[in-house]
Amino acid sequence: MLSKLFFGYFAVIMVALSLLVITRRNPVHSVLWMLVLFFHIAGLYLFLNAEFLAAVQVILYAGAILVLFLFVIMMLNIKVEITAERFIGEWPIGVALGLSILMLIYFTTSKLIQGPAGQFSIEAIKAETHTKALGKVLYTEYLFPFEIASLILLIAIVGAIVLAKKRG
Amino acid sequence: MNIPFPDLRPVTPEIIMTLSATALLILELIFKNKGVLAFIGILAAAAVMYIMPASMGETFGGMFISDSYSIFFKFIFIINLILTILISLRYIQRQKAEYGEYYSLLLFATAGMMLMASAKDLIILYLGLELMALSTYILAGIKRHDVKSNEAAIKYFLLGGFSSALLLYGISLLYGMTTTTDIYKIAEHLKATGVTTTLLLSMILIAVAFLFKIAAAPFHMWAPDVYEGAPTSITAFMSVGPKAAGFAVIGRVFYTAFQNIQTDWTTILIGIAILTMAVGNILAIVQTNIKRMLAYSSIAHAGYILLGIIAGTTEGLNAMMTYLFIYAFMNIGAFAIVIILDRGEELSDYEGLAKNRPLVAALMLVFMFSLTGIPPTAGFIAKFNLFTAVIKAGYTWLVIIAVMFSAISAYYYLRVVMNMYMKEMKQEAAIHLSPSLSLAILITVLMVLIIGIMPSMVIG
Amino acid sequence: MNPQIDKMTPGSYIPTDYLPVLIFMMIAVAFGAGTLLVGSLFRLRRPYKEKLTPYESGNPPVGEPRYRFSIKFYIIAMLFVIFDVEAVFLYPWAVVYNKIGLYALIEMMLFIVILLVGYAYAWKKEAFKWD
Repeated sequence: MLSKLFFGYFAVIMVALSLLVITRRNPVHSVLWMLVLFFHIAGLYLFLNAEFLAAVQVILYAGAILVLFLFVIMMLNIKVEITAERFIGEWPIGVALGLSILMLIYFTTSKLIQGPAGQFSIEAIKAETHTKALGKVLYTEYLFPFEIASLILLIAIVGAIVLAKKRG
Repeated sequence: MNIPFPDLRPVTPEIIMTLSATALLILELIFKNKGVLAFIGILAAAAVMYIMPASMGETFGGMFISDSYSIFFKFIFIINLILTILISLRYIQRQKAEYGEYYSLLLFATAGMMLMASAKDLIILYLGLELMALSTYILAGIKRHDVKSNEAAIKYFLLGGFSSALLLYGISLLYGMTTTTDIYKIAEHLKATGVTTTLLLSMILIAVAFLFKIAAAPFHMWAPDVYEGAPTSITAFMSVGPKAAGFAVIGRVFYTAFQNIQTDWTTILIGIAILTMAVGNILAIVQTNIKRMLAYSSIAHAGYILLGIIAGTTEGLNAMMTYLFIYAFMNIGAFAIVIILDRGEELSDYEGLAKNRPLVAALMLVFMFSLTGIPPTAGFIAKFNLFTAVIKAGYTWLVIIAVMFSAISAYYYLRVVMNMYMKEMKQEAAIHLSPSLSLAILITVLMVLIIGIMPSMVIG
Repeated sequence: MNPQIDKMTPGSYIPTDYLPVLIFMMIAVAFGAGTLLVGSLFRLRRPYKEKLTPYESGNPPVGEPRYRFSIKFYIIAMLFVIFDVEAVFLYPWAVVYNKIGLYALIEMMLFIVILLVGYAYAWKKEAFKWD
């Protein structure tokens, strides 16, 4: 019961925070709400027994990516942002669409039949510790995706410099 | 722990491709002359093409598979890469976007497509898709000081991001149902559990992501703006490569993982195919910019090619692959003509071209005929082959619709020809000829004509 | 149904190990909010114009406090994110290194070499230079 309560808290607060992020007029406020949101996501990961992911969420999202967001926002002209008209005026249509998609997802996923359990039960992970369990799988079974990920990171470096660096 | 070293032979083409792309990135820092980089890029592509047939096999615990299906698609990607490099060489100089990274990114994008075609695991599939997509976003915006190019990159990036998110949601639902990401294991498991609404939702989400990549209606909105804004050489690249990669994935994932709901996805794809053909062909008529027109034309072609998937037979799949192969030549050929002209982006620029530049006009005529599907060009063979396969699968009514839309398409393709041959010349058309561009046009026009005359080369 | 799965459904697991973290965060929030609250209860409020102007070491403030940042910040932040991700990958690798051995060394070297190319590229393109 207590655990359900916690999960409910995270779920409700995350939706509320997401709404705050997209409705604030001042983009800096949006980013700060997003910081709170990221911490809640990390909390949710903890409740799903994904400790390492929670740590990554805090280090990467709350740490690095949020700073990137802030810098990008400060590159924009905030005063104009605050006074400008909103991008999309037809919010009732958006709300209706969103709600219908929500209904659709609810009614389909509530019928989800879970597949067979894997080898990593809560006890198994507890015995092995999260990071070890993750590392063992990532660096043996998932070695190939891991190497492709490095290429994607390389592309990101190239992209940032090609598109944003002043050329002499 | 004792882990067997993975068999690298099946991935050698991808390894060579990424190594060359990385090498180009370093060489870019050394060489001032970017033409050298283009040459190295072509050499790498040729090397990959040479060793590809020997790369059959599975590796990385069955995550990656190199079979005749993926190898055929990889041929299309590499042809696309080589032709794109050839048409870019002088063009990006003219556009003041001659960065060495350009070639490196082209190679990375191609490596991503190759991974997509070979993916047997949804994780590889997703990473390949992102590798391809991220490189293309950057390439679309590589004309940094051109507002339209920026707009193209941003639009493609935002919508591409949404489609990736949908794909991931679909994959996560699939994983929840089967607790595996291996496509064949998913198929096995789903056969045992039967059809659920969750399965349908996940199929639809995955379909949307790839229909976005192939620019099928109603997920085509980005295509005209992106195709118009991106540098023309990149437009040529995007209209063939990512599209073929999307079809490669649809062909593999839908035929294996979603085998037990084939009737469901066939029904959806029939609707999408008809809508795509209608939107592409009808909206192409009103375009005045040739790049936009070719964008709608590429949407329309995606509609035709979808029929090959709908057919649900090996013959249909083969016809789809042949179509994509031929489409690569005729489409890049048409874009090469747009590039050769100094001012060739508006339809009115083509008025009276036949009197001024008879050879250029004649070449454009060949490509336009081929895109319409008029014999004796390759485009006719592609369509004929595809439509026969679809009729054999029992969808005669669908082929009738497709032929009707093909007839409509003649209007806008032949309008270009009309402009060139029947209208008065307004001004002298200047052209920019370069050896590499001539070579690209020579290859494409020869392939279009040879396949058109001797179809046995690609069929069978 | 497999009992193991039932345990994994959302809201069925409590990470009790993290209770101290939760308490710590609650204390942190309470301390921040509490000091502000106490301050607002006891401080005197006598605002006048000079007192309300932003403090600029005694000089009268000139212009807007918010101005457009240079795009250089963006590149630095972007590179930071990328190498941060690399560091995150290194962490579980270091934990399991003694279990996997040479195999792990080779794959991580490959990963790092690829990113090293990116680093060399960024360096040569003067992405780390400020002016």
